[in-house]
Amino acid sequence: MSAPGAAAAIRFDRIDKRYGGIYALRRVSLEIAKGECVVLCGRNGSGKTTLLRIAAGLVRSSAGTVTRDGERFAPVGFVGHATMVYDELTAEENLLLFGRLLGVPEVAARVNGLLEETGLYERRASLLRTFSRGMRQRVAVARALLHRPSLLLLDEPATGLDSLSVSWLARTLQQLRDSGCTILLSLHGESEISALATRAVRLEAGAVEADSTSGADLKTMLTFSAAK
Amino acid sequence: MSVLSNAAVLLGKELRTEFRSRELLTTTIVFVVMVIILFSFTFNSFSEDSRRFAPGLLWLSFLFAASLMLQPCFLREQSNDTLSALRLSVSDAFAIFLAKLAANTLFLLITEILLLPIFAALYNVQVVPVLHWLLLVFVLGSLGVSLAGTALSAISAQARMRELLLPLLLLPLLTPVLVASAEVTVGLLDRNPYMQWKGVGFLALFDVVFLTALWLFGEYLLEE
Repeated sequence: MSAPGAAAAIRFDRIDKRYGGIYALRRVSLEIAKGECVVLCGRNGSGKTTLLRIAAGLVRSSAGTVTRDGERFAPVGFVGHATMVYDELTAEENLLLFGRLLGVPEVAARVNGLLEETGLYERRASLLRTFSRGMRQRVAVARALLHRPSLLLLDEPATGLDSLSVSWLARTLQQLRDSGCTILLSLHGESEISALATRAVRLEAGAVEADSTSGADLKTMLTFSAAK
Repeated sequence: MSVLSNAAVLLGKELRTEFRSRELLTTTIVFVVMVIILFSFTFNSFSEDSRRFAPGLLWLSFLFAASLMLQPCFLREQSNDTLSALRLSVSDAFAIFLAKLAANTLFLLITEILLLPIFAALYNVQVVPVLHWLLLVFVLGSLGVSLAGTALSAISAQARMRELLLPLLLLPLLTPVLVASAEVTVGLLDRNPYMQWKGVGFLALFDVVFLTALWLFGEYLLEE
């Protein structure tokens, strides 16, 4: 459904994912153009998380191929259900660890910048286990943004965030979208974050049921998803 | 980032978290000292039995230590799904294994070195004259135990009944390492110490084979 001629940031081609005899995804084909902000919606168990994890390269599909930015495995930013950071390390140590693994240049400055942006600079030396769920989620988002990924995958990123933090996340995502970053995220219900979407895809029982770029459709899909 | 530099960064994290909490080392050392003390009551330490049985008991204690240490190795990466974050961040999944392997071997060696004087005193064996050879066996044996254990820890962490699975798989797989390590240690603790190079060669070969297997197939062990 991406604009004709636009380069695809990620392409799913007839993706199947089976767990035993149960299909989590069935013949999913999607093409997401660079710079798009796509919201995945659908009821629990519709396959949103599986699709995002396949997109990140964390889960292997049973059939079909995923191509990212022309190559199979370009670096992505990923925010999952879990925080994906260490409770036994401080916020700063966590970000420095992943920054160094990712080979981020001038990592200390980048980490300090992200800690400032997330409003956690004052608590940078505190262990994450002393943080609230919302604060940990902000560290999780900061971790995903460390290497300035061109493709950002977020699985219900507003989980545990208060309204101020949701606004912060929406602003951050808007800046990323405006700078050309491709965003694929799953959401339940309408929020400041869903307002950023340029396209919505609804999954039902592992298959794409609707795919639209219309704002009205997006609203209907999210309302439908939240009601379910 | 190369595999080695990724592994070095991750090893730093492993050491930092362990030395900050000291959960694993303290528990294991206390447990293994208790085992060694209990075994020492079963025979007269001044008898010839002590020399014959002590090396086997020593390596059995190390096996218990390894079972305790290796279980949380990948399990603790599950709670916050940090393993996924690591897989997305490293250039090669082998770096994760290298770091875990280095940390496990180091923790096991620390336990063994701390245990050695207690073992020597309780079992009335001379370790000082053959200390350098004992250390060689400890390094090769511990590396073998850690190699198999780290791989199995990655497999069992994603399985059901994970707490039972690791010891169940670890014991049969490590039997050759334990036999070779115990045999070499028997020679070293003899009244006239001698080195069983065949045993040392076997340990080195086991380490090389498992390290190569981990390098080739490690990535598949981490897949969901």
